[in-house]
Amino acid sequence: MIGIEHYVVVSSILFVLGVLGIFLNRKNVIVILMAIELILLAVNINLVAFSAFLEDLTGQVFAMFVLTVAAGEAAIGLAILVTYYRGRGTIAVDDVNRMKG
Amino acid sequence: MIQLLAFYLFAALTVLSGVFVIMARNPVHSVLWLILAFFNAAGLMVLVGAEFIAMLLVIVYVGAVAVLFLFVVMMLDIDFAELRAGFVRNFPLGILVALVLLAELVLGIGAYQAGKLELGVPAGDAAPLVGRSNIESIGALLYGKYLFLFESAGIILLVAMVGAIVLTIRERKDTRPQNIARQNARRPWEAVVNERPEVGKGIQL
Repeated sequence: MIGIEHYVVVSSILFVLGVLGIFLNRKNVIVILMAIELILLAVNINLVAFSAFLEDLTGQVFAMFVLTVAAGEAAIGLAILVTYYRGRGTIAVDDVNRMKG
Repeated sequence: MIQLLAFYLFAALTVLSGVFVIMARNPVHSVLWLILAFFNAAGLMVLVGAEFIAMLLVIVYVGAVAVLFLFVVMMLDIDFAELRAGFVRNFPLGILVALVLLAELVLGIGAYQAGKLELGVPAGDAAPLVGRSNIESIGALLYGKYLFLFESAGIILLVAMVGAIVLTIRERKDTRPQNIARQNARRPWEAVVNERPEVGKGIQL
């Protein structure tokens, strides 16, 4: 059987990749959203691995809630993106601070 | 043995596709790599015995979220080359921060392994049911102990759905949609007049 450390290492690498993705693609909101999905996936792997190794299903239930929030976040984020694109014709987010309410 | 092999295959493919998600030139390729990452993560979860979350990952992430991303990427007409302008400039700082973060995380895991810290003991009221499948145990937990949390997850999804619709709906001026309230408020005596005109005379409109 594989130890829990292996799972934790995989999920930390995935988490760091998500953070790196946010750093590298600072202008492209779509890739930033995908990087956030990667981070949430890493969190889910961590939760499920600990849940399985501790033989306590709370972690898996919690992973399901994280999944729910991730789905809602993606839907709202992409809706905001579409609205933003309609108004400005671009999705470059480095000049969002010019937005007026 | 086969388990070890499968673990390393899934883990390596997950990390590799994660790298390609953030490095790909074309966001459509990014989404496709993201789908591969989700599939391999689901494989990792099956290996550890969490079939329910694995299937949920495939259905929700691959079936809904990734397709949503694909729709949006293909719907918007964007010059992606222009958006990549800062990529090379941000690269050194990003790699530095990522390496520091990874070193910290791995150091933490190493410290845990060396010090033989206790993981903590679960309370025991959420243990898997004996002789039942993973799905049955999770179902008993979701519809029992975590019922209110489960229903609030449904409310979160409802709010997200309404929010997405409200944000993207567009009122068009050049169409004449059905106005049901106005239709129902209209009465016969506002619309129709009965007249009995005399012979040889017209009607005053």
